[in-house]
Amino acid sequence: MSNTAKYRNDFLKEVEANVEEGEWVKMCMQCGVCAGSCPLGNAWEHTPQKIFMMIRAGKRDEVLSSDAMWMCTSCYNCIVRCPREVPITHIMHGLAHYAKRLGLVPANQPTAKFAQLFWNNLSKRGRINELTLGLGLYFMNGFVEGIKTSIKMQSLGLNMIKTGRMNVMEIFGGHSVKDTSGFHAMLQKAEEIEATRIK
Amino acid sequence: MADKKIAAYICQGCGLGERLDTAQLAKIAKSEGKAAIAKQHEFLCNANGVQMIQNDIDNEGVTHVVLGACSRRAKTDAFNFQNIALMRANLREGVIWVRPDDEDNRETTQEMADDYIRMACAEAKFVDIPESSNEQGLNRTVMVVGGGVTGMTAALETAKAGYNAILVEKTGALGGMAAKLYKSIPQSAPYSTPADSGVADLIAQVNSNDRITVHLNATLNKTSGAPGRFAADIRIESGATFTEQFGAIIQASGFKPYDARKLPEFSFGKTPDVVDQLGLEALAQAANGAPIKRPSDGKEVKSVVFIQCAGQRSEKQGHLSYCSGHCCSTSIKQAMYFKQANPDTDAMVVYTDLRTPGAGGEDFYRNGQQQGITFTKGEARTVTINDGNLTVKFKDLILNEDVDMDTDLVVLATGMMPNSGVDIEATPAKLDENCKDCSNDEKSGAVAPVIQESVLNLDYRQGLDLPQLVTGFTDSHFICFPYETRRTGIYTAGPVRRPMDMLQAQDDACGAAMKAIQVIENSSKGLAAHPRVGDLSFPRFRKEGCTQCKRCTVECPFGAINEDEQGYPQFNESRCRRCGTCMGACPVRVISFANYSIDSVGQQIKAVDMPDEYSEKPRILVLACENDAYPALDMAGMNREQYSAFVRIIPVRCLGSVNTIWITDALNSGYDGIILMGCKKGDDYQCHFVKGSELAHIRMSKIDDTLTTLNLEPARVATYEVAITDMHRVPQLINDMAATVLRCGMSPFKF
Amino acid sequence: MAKKEYSFYPGCSSQKGASSSNYLKSANAMCDALEIKLNHIPDWNCCAASIGYAGGGKLPRISLSARNIALSEQAHPNQDIVATCAACWLATKEASERIDHDPQIKQEVVQVLDAANLKIKNNKPVRHMVEVLIEDFGYQALGKKVVKPLEGIKIAGYVGCQTNRPFGIAGESFENPLYLDKLVETMGAEPIKNYDKKVQCCGGALAFSEPEKSQAMIKDIITSAYDSDADMIVTPCPVCQMNVEVYQDQINKKYGTKFNMPVVYYSTLMSVAYGKSAKEAALDGQIIKAKQLEAIANK
Repeated sequence: MSNTAKYRNDFLKEVEANVEEGEWVKMCMQCGVCAGSCPLGNAWEHTPQKIFMMIRAGKRDEVLSSDAMWMCTSCYNCIVRCPREVPITHIMHGLAHYAKRLGLVPANQPTAKFAQLFWNNLSKRGRINELTLGLGLYFMNGFVEGIKTSIKMQSLGLNMIKTGRMNVMEIFGGHSVKDTSGFHAMLQKAEEIEATRIK
Repeated sequence: MADKKIAAYICQGCGLGERLDTAQLAKIAKSEGKAAIAKQHEFLCNANGVQMIQNDIDNEGVTHVVLGACSRRAKTDAFNFQNIALMRANLREGVIWVRPDDEDNRETTQEMADDYIRMACAEAKFVDIPESSNEQGLNRTVMVVGGGVTGMTAALETAKAGYNAILVEKTGALGGMAAKLYKSIPQSAPYSTPADSGVADLIAQVNSNDRITVHLNATLNKTSGAPGRFAADIRIESGATFTEQFGAIIQASGFKPYDARKLPEFSFGKTPDVVDQLGLEALAQAANGAPIKRPSDGKEVKSVVFIQCAGQRSEKQGHLSYCSGHCCSTSIKQAMYFKQANPDTDAMVVYTDLRTPGAGGEDFYRNGQQQGITFTKGEARTVTINDGNLTVKFKDLILNEDVDMDTDLVVLATGMMPNSGVDIEATPAKLDENCKDCSNDEKSGAVAPVIQESVLNLDYRQGLDLPQLVTGFTDSHFICFPYETRRTGIYTAGPVRRPMDMLQAQDDACGAAMKAIQVIENSSKGLAAHPRVGDLSFPRFRKEGCTQCKRCTVECPFGAINEDEQGYPQFNESRCRRCGTCMGACPVRVISFANYSIDSVGQQIKAVDMPDEYSEKPRILVLACENDAYPALDMAGMNREQYSAFVRIIPVRCLGSVNTIWITDALNSGYDGIILMGCKKGDDYQCHFVKGSELAHIRMSKIDDTLTTLNLEPARVATYEVAITDMHRVPQLINDMAATVLRCGMSPFKF
Repeated sequence: MAKKEYSFYPGCSSQKGASSSNYLKSANAMCDALEIKLNHIPDWNCCAASIGYAGGGKLPRISLSARNIALSEQAHPNQDIVATCAACWLATKEASERIDHDPQIKQEVVQVLDAANLKIKNNKPVRHMVEVLIEDFGYQALGKKVVKPLEGIKIAGYVGCQTNRPFGIAGESFENPLYLDKLVETMGAEPIKNYDKKVQCCGGALAFSEPEKSQAMIKDIITSAYDSDADMIVTPCPVCQMNVEVYQDQINKKYGTKFNMPVVYYSTLMSVAYGKSAKEAALDGQIIKAKQLEAIANK
């Protein structure tokens, strides 16, 4: 980055335009309460506080290709504690989504994969099929890994089945909304509108 | 004055009647205290009780009233008798509330009460009803020094209250620093954009006010007198001098900016593209709403960096140690100049801690963020010049990395330095030290060392100007008496007192104007202005005993005492705060007040019944400052904290008034331990009389010799700094001393 | 007293054979005792929970909830929307608020719903079942229905995240909400009042994708319950319940602990206290059996 491009707000403006609640990034006052409140704070490559500063410092690639925001557990601690009432959780989700849209997510980021599986699963039939979601998760890193994970998770699955909280029959379809065509039309429209907004 | 007649009244209310033998207290007042009248009453502060006392004053010629009831700080409205002397034996907060209510403790609790009645009666015998000295003058004009926003506001507020003001301004125009600003920090909601400073309007108001006389290009050549009767020789541009008379002074001499040439790392002075905040105001005034141009080449500024805390909040040599308060908001305001002229201009504020004091400060900060000003938590290292452009090097403290950033213009947020005149307490050693602080530029002669010119030219023995704090701002009691300087009748307001912005300076000006008016009115009646508001007593001395040692003149924190040709003290009653520091200082004990003297306290000390060495009943004397320590002790009582029954507490006006003779006398008469409780001393003192507590600590540090002479343990005498909030600590201090006495054993000096 | 009726959004995990089907079962039993009628929103869809954000942008995710709100209005126009699942409640309430506060979103949502032939008024509150209990009944009224007090059971109230933040139950603090403790007390059991992991995150959806990090947090949640002498944990959230209950085996293996701490829903507790059978209270849905509750239910 050249000396003139730094801290010049180009990336901040991009975030404001394209990221959910991005217009709040400039309102951070760098107190660090979010970083101290995050249950997975230590696992973050950059805490939300740092991410906001990096956005202001114009570090576009470092932010968007970071796996930091994929560490968000959606616990909302940061939101309720932020003295500036910055919707930090939403911004983290928004940055994650934007990074995914641009194809900048680090390879094999497990939460990114799971979150995408989840979305695919629900958008297919309107409701989550926990069995196929779970199996999809186990096999997301390939067949061999999937078998290993399945074995590891075997007793858990058996427990769930025994207590009636997992149904192997869901592999053949399972729950669904009835008006699937209306549901899909709606989602398609929403995605269309959203796409026109991204600059 | 009529003959002294003492009457004692013992209250039985609030549990006193149940806990104490009040008949015995009345008997003691009569037999030992020599009270002509001694009555008990079931509820002394009710209308009937008060009427009973008033009847005795009116019909029986009672001149001295001893109340054996609650603390002197309680029920002051009810016990508000005129033209008599009032003693308060603190039986409630000081006895029954701090002692357990059981049979085992009944005897020692009663002994406490007995002694407090004895002490109050002894005090009554040695106090007179104070009367005014007739030294007073009355002049309802206030002299305001300085024609900036603070001074103009002070003059206007004075005039609005119906008093006259004389406004002296050393330059040729009113307006001061504020007139140099393009816009000012907004003072009202929504705090979103720089506002008109309102200076032109203030100037017009001042000029059109009949009660205000303005002297431009004028300085004070000599100021003398006292509250109610000051006079000053005013010199104007032509060199002519004339005299004005007035009753009080408000010094609003403002500030000067820190000399940014002392910050060579930021290239100030090497390129016109590095400016301080006042320099930026000049550029903004020149642009007048259009995009601001860079001084070096006239190019529009597309990028500007503000460096906060430039040369301040820093312990580096030659830097200011303090925060100037306004600079963060000022930088936000100035960054808005750029954003408003062209929103695409990059404006970045590099700060370590952003501080925007005041009601609207946080909103203003948010609005700055909304408008796209970038705030970067970082430490600026250097500003360098490359091919006519500037490179700011800073450490981003959040990302923990060093950054080089190119920019068109740099603004340094340097601090405020007070125009407080000559440092009258500067010692040669202190000056040497200062010289070590000089920057290299100063040593090389690039920057002329600042020569302080006097502002007031006071004709006082103690020096030309007001005493200063270590930071150079004028000294005042920061918490309780912010405008009161250490010269009675002279008030400071605005940035000469502490760093502040315009809004705060205007508030300050109102406060100082009210104080100036108060002192004019009070001093005309011989009443103290503060903190002993309404006190008529004043120090007098027995000339035949005086050794002209000058300790009273030197130690008076308020410059109230001059010397005559022979070296005897000359008390300026109106300048006096009535703290008694002179009385505490006097080695030959010739200084006293009508109602507060070596005897009025000394005889209380002696009036305590002293049990013999084998009684296992030691006695501990506490001399407690009436301003903070005594209320803390009262609050301990209100909280039902318990402390030793062996203690006897005497309130004093200030620890500075404690004469060591009291300590010596107490030790000689058999006290086993002595505690002095005063306010916090030192640079961040809370002593209501500034130096009293400090002086007492110095005096007491020498008391060890006395103890050694008497073959007593030094631990028997302790001096503490006590805050008004220390209600849980003061009982502990007393109990600690009780334990010490137990360890050391009883004093052998009991008779 | 007439039955109180609500438009009910059950959510994916409550469906038959899904991970919190036991929650719905016990909630039904509890509602039966309280004479609450839950009218299911017809043809509801998934809310995208808090993990749908990778594939779903802001508007698609809001649209999901908007569809549910519109369907609710269509079928039960005068009824408040009620959810038992924390994520369902949060997503629906958040969508409702965003539609309410942002005219642009509102206008886009109208357009989007039009594609599914739906209309939205967004004029009914979106409430969590706990709010219904506290606000529409109150602890006193809830207590009156108790027939089998849960005497002698010490219960740690694990509130978790999403029923507590960012909205939370009205009148409760984010840092120390007390409603679970009060409910426990109302049912005759003993709340662990100093349970210090009460609002600690369990990892949520990251229990799947970041199992090690999540299980470390879950371990602390359970350890704290043991440390404060709890017999079991109670929670209002299906993700909390599942995460804290089902990984105890794996945590024991990894950390050498001997966890065997039952984790139940408040609705299970209340069903038992209200005299429902073990089956109705869905005690058979416990992977770690809540034996003390079974004993009371079978009395």
